[in-house]
Amino acid sequence: MKYDIILAGVGGQGVLSLSGIIAAAAMQEGLSVKQSEVHGMSQRGGAVLANLRMAGRPVASDLVPLGCASLILSMEPLERLRYLRYLSPSGALVTSTEPVRNIDDYPELERVLETIRSLPRAVLVDGERLARKAGSARAANMPLVGAASALLPLKLDTLERCIAARFASKGQAVVDTNMKAFHAGREAAA
Amino acid sequence: MNEHVLLGDEAVALGAVHAGLTAAYGYPGTPSTEIVEFLIRHAERHGRPLASWTTNEKTAYEAALGVSLAGRRTLVAMKHVGLNVAADPFINSALLDLGGGLVVVVADDPGMHSSQNGQDTRFYADFARTLCLEPANAQEAYDMTREAFDLSERFHVPAVIRLVTRLAHSRGVVRTGEARGQNPPRPAADRAAWTLLPSYARELWRGLLERQHELRAYTSRHGNTLSLADSRLGVVTCGIARNYYEENADDLPFLPSHLHIGAYPMPVDLLRRLVAHVDAVLVLEDGYPFVQRALGGVLTPPREVRGRQTGALPPDGELTPDVVRVALGLPLRAGLPPAALALPTRPPQLCAGCPHIDTFNTILKATRDLGARVTSDIGCYTLGALPPYSAVDSCVCMGASIGMAKGLADAGVRPALAVIGDSTFLHSGITPLVDAIAANTPMTVVIADNEVVAMTGGQPSAIPSSRMKRLLLGLGADPDHLHILDTHPKTVERNAEILRREIDHPGLSVIVTVRECIETARDRKRMRLAMAGATA
Repeated sequence: MKYDIILAGVGGQGVLSLSGIIAAAAMQEGLSVKQSEVHGMSQRGGAVLANLRMAGRPVASDLVPLGCASLILSMEPLERLRYLRYLSPSGALVTSTEPVRNIDDYPELERVLETIRSLPRAVLVDGERLARKAGSARAANMPLVGAASALLPLKLDTLERCIAARFASKGQAVVDTNMKAFHAGREAAA
Repeated sequence: MNEHVLLGDEAVALGAVHAGLTAAYGYPGTPSTEIVEFLIRHAERHGRPLASWTTNEKTAYEAALGVSLAGRRTLVAMKHVGLNVAADPFINSALLDLGGGLVVVVADDPGMHSSQNGQDTRFYADFARTLCLEPANAQEAYDMTREAFDLSERFHVPAVIRLVTRLAHSRGVVRTGEARGQNPPRPAADRAAWTLLPSYARELWRGLLERQHELRAYTSRHGNTLSLADSRLGVVTCGIARNYYEENADDLPFLPSHLHIGAYPMPVDLLRRLVAHVDAVLVLEDGYPFVQRALGGVLTPPREVRGRQTGALPPDGELTPDVVRVALGLPLRAGLPPAALALPTRPPQLCAGCPHIDTFNTILKATRDLGARVTSDIGCYTLGALPPYSAVDSCVCMGASIGMAKGLADAGVRPALAVIGDSTFLHSGITPLVDAIAANTPMTVVIADNEVVAMTGGQPSAIPSSRMKRLLLGLGADPDHLHILDTHPKTVERNAEILRREIDHPGLSVIVTVRECIETARDRKRMRLAMAGATA
């Protein structure tokens, strides 16, 4: 088993914590994991990219090779289009529909979404709306994990355990909100 | 034995703790910042080691030398360009008869993810005639750091650990070993071995040259592995390049001979044995063509040597599994075709509400129609170079803004302005300001003081804003042309008038614009609320 994920978004969106939850779940299931992140200057509102690789045998490269990703997981619609060459022809895309328009030349959103819809195995989720309904817009990355959860080679209860562990220090209310947002995303993608 | 999930940077830090580290120093810089951050957190919980941020990399290195002089183990961490700042004590320290293990961890940034250049620290280690270890994963980062302390004490030289961004910020599983205690204090007895007077230094240099044989003998047996297989191709991998090679090797029609280099000085014997066995050599290394140049040299090598210098790999950018795949002659795997839609780039930018925005608006307002030249420096405010501000003309290295503005003014350019952050000013801006003050150069220095090293995540500056004025007066700044101004959207107009007046002043002026970084202010507020919640 080998499962590569490209995670994309904009600095400050929580791409790295999203990556961390999936990586933790993969490790709990005994898989080898390598997770590579971008820090520093790139985080200041710029494009953020993380690579997450999991496999039943040791993972060599820290970076996902072209054409090998089983999944692109994006917090932002435009950002996911940057990495299509990394996606395996049988791979899936899960993206949030909410744009981050911190640049002047952001293309017309409908055209971006149309481009995504035209791709095979694309799943669109309004992460922010689902998170707000669950109790907090700050959990906007959880519906993404939820929407991806049926595709990931990981057990549902392992993911749930890792989400709970991630937010445990912030109190039960925060855990509940994030869990609710996770399930809202899972249902929206079903 | 315990298992941890750690970033490459964190694995180095934990390796140092388990090696009996007494003290660690560094200046924050991506991708090295997490090393000292980890050690500071560790010290808060366990009371040791002493770990602290310093004013710059040179002061960090010199403090580490003091720890070694005391016979105890010390680590100093920085990014690649930081080693330029610490180069003076670093190169000299290789001559000393080091006591306690001194490990220099330098995180290179091939591909320049967040740096002004992509220099390769292996050249510095070679220049200093010292050891360099290059891990390929988090486990090796842990193991090699432990080993580096032993080697530093065995050979009495500073041991360099070279990381690259992709390892520093890659998370993996680390199995840790038994922790060792600290060295007892044992100050060096031989003063001459620590005193680089020419007469002593010449002797110490000869000693270092003689030790080269021992260093090479070590790396020909340790840290490097040669496996001779097919004679059509020999692959040399350095550090993390091994990962990209292994990712692709299964697809090759035959098993090439392989030398992996994880320790320098260059394992010359092993390279010779490889070259003698194969028709062609492909060198896979991140950064500069360091090994390739040593192999090829000036004379025509007896075998074909391919690498970054011959175009087998791109001469710039970080290595990826894909460029290595192409270099091995394998076809790329096809992904989805790129989107038909034109994708605009998304450059990094100042945070909403950032005080630097107000400082740049002040400068733009004050200099409108003046044809001013504005030099910048390294930090968040370097983003003032990009639209919508496009407010600065240069950015070269830490502290250069002030020296360059002096040069502009000396060359007759009016007005000449320098923009520099508080932490960068303390790091490398003070000395050029001393020059400008001494000459009363007609220029204006703007210190954008947000109280922290913001770009790397908000580490504390060496002194708080409240002491900046006294420092500047102490340096000799003219009190009539020194202004400490609150910066805020509401004060832009008034501050621009003051700045405009100072630009007209025919001598040196210093303007400090003060407001705390929006990110650290927000974090502090969050912390206060959490504390209030906890006590309610």
